This record gives sequence, C-alpha cells and structure tokens, in this order.
Amino acid sequence: MAALHIASIKRPSVIPGFGLALGVTLSYLGLIVLIPLAGLFWRSAQGGPAEFIRIATDARTLAALRLSFGTAFIAAAINAVFGMILAWILVRYDFPGRRIIDAIVDLPFALPTAVAGIALTALYAPNGWIGSLFEPFGIRIAYSATGIVIALVFIGLPFVVRSVQPVLEDFDREVEEVSATLGATRAQTVRRVVMPTLMPALLTGFALAFARAVGEYGSVIFIAGNSPYRTEIAPLLIVIKLEEFSYSGATTIAVLMLIASFLILLAINLVQSWSRRRYGDV
Amino acid sequence: MAMSDAAFTRERLPGAAAVHFRPVTIERRRVRVGLIVVSLVFLAVFLLLPVVAVFVEALRGGPKAFMDAIFEPDAAAAIRLTLLVAAIAVPCNLVFGLAASWAIAKFDFRGKSLLNTLIDLPFSVSPVISGLIYILMFGSHSLLGPILKSYGIQVIFAVPGIVLATIFVTFPFVARELIPLMEEQGQGDEEAALSLGASGWQVFFRVTLPNVKWALLYGVLLCNARAMGEFGAVSVVSGHIRGLTNTMPLHVEILYNEYNFAAAFAVASLLALLALFTLIVKSVLEWRYADEIAATRRH
Amino acid sequence: MARTNPSMARHIRRLLAALALGLATAIPPAFADVTLLNVSYDPTRELYKAYNEAFAAHWKAETGEAVTIQQSHGGSGKQARSVIDGIEADVVTLALQADIDAIVKESGKIAPDWRSKLPHNASPYTSTIVFLVRKGNPKGIKDWGDLVKDGVEVITPNPKTSGGARWNYLAAWAYANKAFGNDEAKIKEFVGNLYKHVPVLDTGARGSTTTFAQRGIGDVLLAWENEAFLAQEELGADKFDIVVPPLSILAEPPVAVVDANVDAKGTRKQAEAYLKYLYSKEGQQIAAKNFYRPTEPELVDAADLARFPKIELVTIDDPQFGGWAKVQPEHFGDGGIFDQIYKPTN
Repeated sequence: MAALHIASIKRPSVIPGFGLALGVTLSYLGLIVLIPLAGLFWRSAQGGPAEFIRIATDARTLAALRLSFGTAFIAAAINAVFGMILAWILVRYDFPGRRIIDAIVDLPFALPTAVAGIALTALYAPNGWIGSLFEPFGIRIAYSATGIVIALVFIGLPFVVRSVQPVLEDFDREVEEVSATLGATRAQTVRRVVMPTLMPALLTGFALAFARAVGEYGSVIFIAGNSPYRTEIAPLLIVIKLEEFSYSGATTIAVLMLIASFLILLAINLVQSWSRRRYGDV
Repeated sequence: MAMSDAAFTRERLPGAAAVHFRPVTIERRRVRVGLIVVSLVFLAVFLLLPVVAVFVEALRGGPKAFMDAIFEPDAAAAIRLTLLVAAIAVPCNLVFGLAASWAIAKFDFRGKSLLNTLIDLPFSVSPVISGLIYILMFGSHSLLGPILKSYGIQVIFAVPGIVLATIFVTFPFVARELIPLMEEQGQGDEEAALSLGASGWQVFFRVTLPNVKWALLYGVLLCNARAMGEFGAVSVVSGHIRGLTNTMPLHVEILYNEYNFAAAFAVASLLALLALFTLIVKSVLEWRYADEIAATRRH
Repeated sequence: MARTNPSMARHIRRLLAALALGLATAIPPAFADVTLLNVSYDPTRELYKAYNEAFAAHWKAETGEAVTIQQSHGGSGKQARSVIDGIEADVVTLALQADIDAIVKESGKIAPDWRSKLPHNASPYTSTIVFLVRKGNPKGIKDWGDLVKDGVEVITPNPKTSGGARWNYLAAWAYANKAFGNDEAKIKEFVGNLYKHVPVLDTGARGSTTTFAQRGIGDVLLAWENEAFLAQEELGADKFDIVVPPLSILAEPPVAVVDANVDAKGTRKQAEAYLKYLYSKEGQQIAAKNFYRPTEPELVDAADLARFPKIELVTIDDPQFGGWAKVQPEHFGDGGIFDQIYKPTN
C-alpha cells in the first residue's frame, strides 16, 4: 500500500479527468514545445563541445549577448519604476480617464511588434517627431542602444503593471493605518510597510519584462543600428548566422539564450513560492 | 483641501470630508498629482504616440490611397492568411489551455511546478528561436522534412509551418489566464456537483467553464491579437512568397521595403485597429461584468 | 459519457476541419495551368514584376499555356538559405554567384555546372556600385577616397547578410588595391577605416536605402546602380544626386534553375524558358528600363543605354580577387578578412 502510494504521482482526488487533461497537456507540450526545443539542443551539440565553446566565447557573440541582456535589464528597470507608479495611481487614485489608462496599459500586448518597431523608428529617427528634438544636441536615439531600450520599454511595461496591480488591490489598508498611528510618516509607511509586500510581485513583473525583452526581435530590428559589436542584438545575430548557413552558430546562440530564459523563469517561480510561504497567497 | 483630497481617492473614507485631516493612507495632493502627471506623460510618449504615428502615416496619402493599399490583391491575401492562421492556432491553444489548467489547478501531483514553468517557457523564448526550431525539425536537412515531402506535405515555407510557429508563440496565453483563477477557485464547486451525481463532462461544461468564462475570453483575445501580429517567428519560417505565405506583419515589412510607406502604414494601421478593438472589447466586458467577475474570483 | 458531450464533438469536428483547410492551402492553389516560384533578392522587385507579366504573355502566345509566377524577395543569403531548407523554388535569381554555389554545396539541389547553362556565366544583366548623396553633394564626395574623410557617414548593409553589400565591399577593395598598389596591409586599413564611418549596418540593401533616404541618416549611400536610380525616381530626384566613382566593380547577379525542385514538380520546361527569355530582346529591354545593364546591349534601344555611364569596372575574376570560390571564404567566411577588419568604433 505504501509502495503504491509513492508510485502514484498524484494525490488522490474525487475529480475525474486527470489522465485526459494531463495527457492532452503533456502531448501538446511535447509536440509543440519540447521536441522542437530538444531538436535545437541536439543540433547545437553536433558540432562538438570545442565548436560550441568557440562560438559561445566569440567576441561578437559576447557583445550581442551583453547588449541584449544589458538593454533588457535597463528597460525592465525603467518599467519597474514607472510600472509601479502606474499600478499605484490606477489602484489608489481616482482621476478622469483612469479606466482608459487602465485599458491602454495592455496596448503592447495587443500591438504587433513589427508595427511598434516601424512606428517607434518613425518617431525617434533624426527626422522623426521626437528624434528631431534631440538631433540638434547631437543625441541620436534611433540606431543606438537608447533606441533599443525604448523599444524594450514599450513591450515590457504591461508585465510590471499587471503583476503589481492585483497585489496592491488586495493590500490591507488597515496595516497602513496602524503604521501611521504608530508614528510613521507616509513615506516611511510606503517604504517600510507597503513596498516589502509588493516586492515579490514587482520582482516577478521585472523578471517577466526582462525575459520578454531579451528575446525581442520584431520591434527592435527596425530601430537598432544593427552594427556588430555595438547595436546588434542576440536574436539578430541568430538570424545573421542562419543567413551565413552557419547552423552551429545559430543554434549555439539560441541554446545560450534558451538556458538563460529558463533560469529566469525558474527564478520567478522560486520568488513566487518563497513569497507565498512568507506572506501567504499573492 | 480635505474635500479635494477625498475626491481624489477611489474610496471616500467615511468622515474624511468632515475632518480637516488628510487620511493617513493617502499621499499629499502634490505627490498624487505629480505621480499622475508622470504616469500620463510616460504613457503618452511610450505607448500612445507610436499608435498615433501609425494612423497619421497611414492617412498621409489620403483615404483613397489607404483603401487601395488594403484592397490590393497581395494585401488581401495577407489578411486572409492571417485570419486563417489565427483561426487554427487560437482554438488549438484554447483546448490546450483548458486541459492544462484543469490538470494543474484541480489536482496535486509531482512535477507540477516544473510543468508550470514549461508552459511559460514560450513566453520568454525569442521569437526567432521559435521559428528556428521548426526549420531544424522540418527543413530539408532534418529527419522529418524529407519524409513528409515524399508524401507531398510541405511544412515550412507553407501554411503549416506558419501555424506551428504561431501556436508556439501564443502557447501560454490561455493557460496563463486560467491557471491562477482556477487555483484560486479551488475544487469545491466541482466536488459539490460530482456529489450531486453530475458526470465529469457535465461538471466541466456546466460548472467549471461558466466560472472561468471571462478569464477564458481574455486569454483568447490576447492570444488572438498576438497570433495575428507575430512577426519574428513567422518571418523565419514563411519564405516570403507574395500572395501565398505572407502574413499581415510580413506584408507590412515588404511594403516598407518597397518605399511604399503609406501602404505599409495602412496595413499596419489595420493591425493597430485590431489591437485597439481587442483592448476595447476587454475593457467593456470588464466594466459591464465587473460584479460577476469579482464574484467568480471570490469563490 | 458519449451521451453528454455533443458540444465537445462539435468542437473537435471544427478543429479537424480547420486543420484540413490548413493542409489544403499548403499546396499552391491552381490559379493557372503552371505556377513557377522565383526566389530572388531585394532590389529586383520592380524588375520581375514587369518581367513576369511579359513572360506570361509570351508563354501564352507561344504555347497556349497560362503560367503564373510567384515572387519571394529578401536578402540574397537569406533567400539561398530558404532554398537549402526546402522552399519550392523553380528558379533562383540572386545577387551573387556565391549564394547559388552555397545551394549547390549545401543541398545539391542545383547541378554544379549551372554557370555554363546560360550565356554570360548565367548573368542576364549586370550592375555596378555607385554613390547616392544628398542633393548638391554637400560633402563633396567624388571618389572612394572621400568616403573616409572626417565627418562623412557612409550607409552600406552588412556584407555577411547582403549580396549587394559584398559588392560594395569588393568595389572599395578594388579602389584601394589600385590606390595602394597591391599593399594588402594598406588595403585592409582603408576598408576597415571605411566601415568605421558606417553608423547603421542594415541586413539588406533595401534597409540601407530606407535608412539613408527615409530616416535621413548618413552622407552617402553605397548602392547598386539600379537601386540608386530607383531611389531617385521613387523618393524624389530633388533630394538626391548620383555620384559615379571613376572605378567600381562589375556586379553579375546570376540566375539558375533549381534542378531538384523542377524535376519533382515537372516544371523544368517552363523554368528554363523563363530564364532563357531574360536574354531575349524583350527581356533585355525590361532589364534596361529597370536600370540593370543588359548583357546583350545590341538588343536594347540606344536611349535606354545612354543612362549608364562608362566607368572602369573590375571583375570578380580579376587576379586580386580570383573568383567567388576564393573570395567568399577568404573575405566573408567566419573569421575572414571582413571579420578581422570590422572593429567596434568605441
């Protein structure tokens, strides 16, 4: 009996359909995601470890990875700040147009990335509406790392807002009142009482925005200058390697990026389960 | 002062208007206005302006040029293909999302959090990689490609490849909306229905599905918007054959590369309209059925 | 259980119908008796738009068979990669021989002797590389040496991904070879210096033209002659001037039938006729009208030839290069000369 209990992967339940639901989930996941991804790993391993390491440590690969992760980090940090403020005003304040603003936050989820890329380039190019304001000072936004950050801020914003918003909505105001009664200033209350509770959600939002930004392609290639070592993002380098018929190069960089994204996702899940233990359900 | 403070907060705290204090859980008016202004400017510059730019550029050539661009045969073919791809990819992910959330939310089993992470994985895989993996699987150099070809089935550079890449990219959307909600709702309703003698499918269609219908709808809407707008992954597997394997976002790029900027932005504006439509439907549903949605969450 | 789920069954039925529809559309619809797919590079869109109509009319008149030609355009390397990975191209019309050689080598879908199957090494038209500058040529750019002057920004695509960009690179190399008398260190220094003046390295020739013309970046665009003419025509002759350097390169974009695909589809006859007709009077005239230099100029009106200025053109088979088979790995291969000289500017 004890052996049987250990052997079964599922805790007993009266609800039916576990086999069917898990079966559909696993086969679909396997066919669409896991087998193709395994193919990628297999292909990148074919060149042998020496080839893998040579491509992975190539100066240009490293520059592209540094740029992708660096700009994604900056963009996610910007989004963490402004996303936090946005979530705050959407939950706590009432002002004209609040609901419209709330709807607009999802725009980057819905707008195709290529459309965003073309539109952002048109705006931030030296002869665009915004770019022309900066051009006289010699500041170039499009075709530089700044342009990449702007595109990544665009696509990442909703992740932070939508992660923080529900937690803030459920936040118990009485805790803040207690803090104020105990003599804390408003700033102290926000910093010491509210922020620690929001932290896991904010971190989740940051990590989601970061993970999405690292791999972004459609909106970035239009606005980045695509110069090797300077404004060439890692996904573009994959495309370039493909066009040079270098499958080992393309798959190696792809594998590096995949491992990175998997680690980020794992970290998000750890943060969430940690915060669930610490603060109860969020 | 106290009046306007209260007017700015979402809930009027009882007695707040009468007392000459700012409620302790609200910031100073200066801070509040500052935060709102910062947010609005940020949104306007980063989110709204690009959309406005799309429409301005699209209509620059006048309404006639706009209509010509949209009804031109290659553009029409791209629109048809995009609709077809979404019509296949979205239902597939819908069925998967329901199965996955049923398994994850209603049961406890080993490896659950790993499964959760794997479902999220396509979110953070670069679209370019999403396309690349299908090239590796179905290309001429793969194991499967030549076999399928001998039966006359072309996967990449044809509709099936575009559908596969789209399914991959939009894979988690429905499941992501459903899983947290269904976890929150627990198994109580289902267990009650079962104890009253309902069959498994009856429970699913009459209890579970109505409980999650709004979340399901959001998931489908977002899934659909992304499916129609995907660029990177589709670009890698499409082959860019005019009138045959070009989706709308690819057609935008082609027109852009033909110095046909007005037409490029015209097709882009259709996609932007789709995005706005998605947001409006989502918001309207949220406002109209706010109570009902809140009720399902409280289960 | 079967009794309770009519809607599930309906759902599955609908799903299967959708899937079947998807598979059905994977096979090209029969618009005409025969369909050819021409996989080409970026700047030939206008050329083949005109040529496909002309060929379809010619073929109909000659054989009574209706033929539809589908087009796919993109960077030359990317298009070759699509053919290698299995796009069902009947013919390829690419920017350079190295890309068709890559198809031969990587997939064997084209017979190795493709260059001898059509006249002029299978290049029905040629082109060269010229400069497109802002109106009035404010930076006074006349020759390749002017490109590396202080404050000059050059727009050219990435030679690793763009066929046109490889011709740009080789033209600059040919100039330096002549200017520095075969001193390889100095040539590399010049070409490396040139790429330090490039602020945006697009992946394709079209991307570069857009960057230069539409986004207003850079002082000079290195462009295919036909692209330069076209950009002037499409984007305004009042905005740009074409500067023809005294020396440039003879760019020979080649064409070939994809043997494996036409034999599988049974379209060899039409595909071969399609390429052969490029060398006819009508084909050559269409090429010239689209700013490509015809390889049979005697078939073309003198008025259409007058727009092509006479310049000293170095060929790829010149001893300094030694043909594409040598140039491709030496200059553009992984770790090749381009990789060595392309150093980040900061």
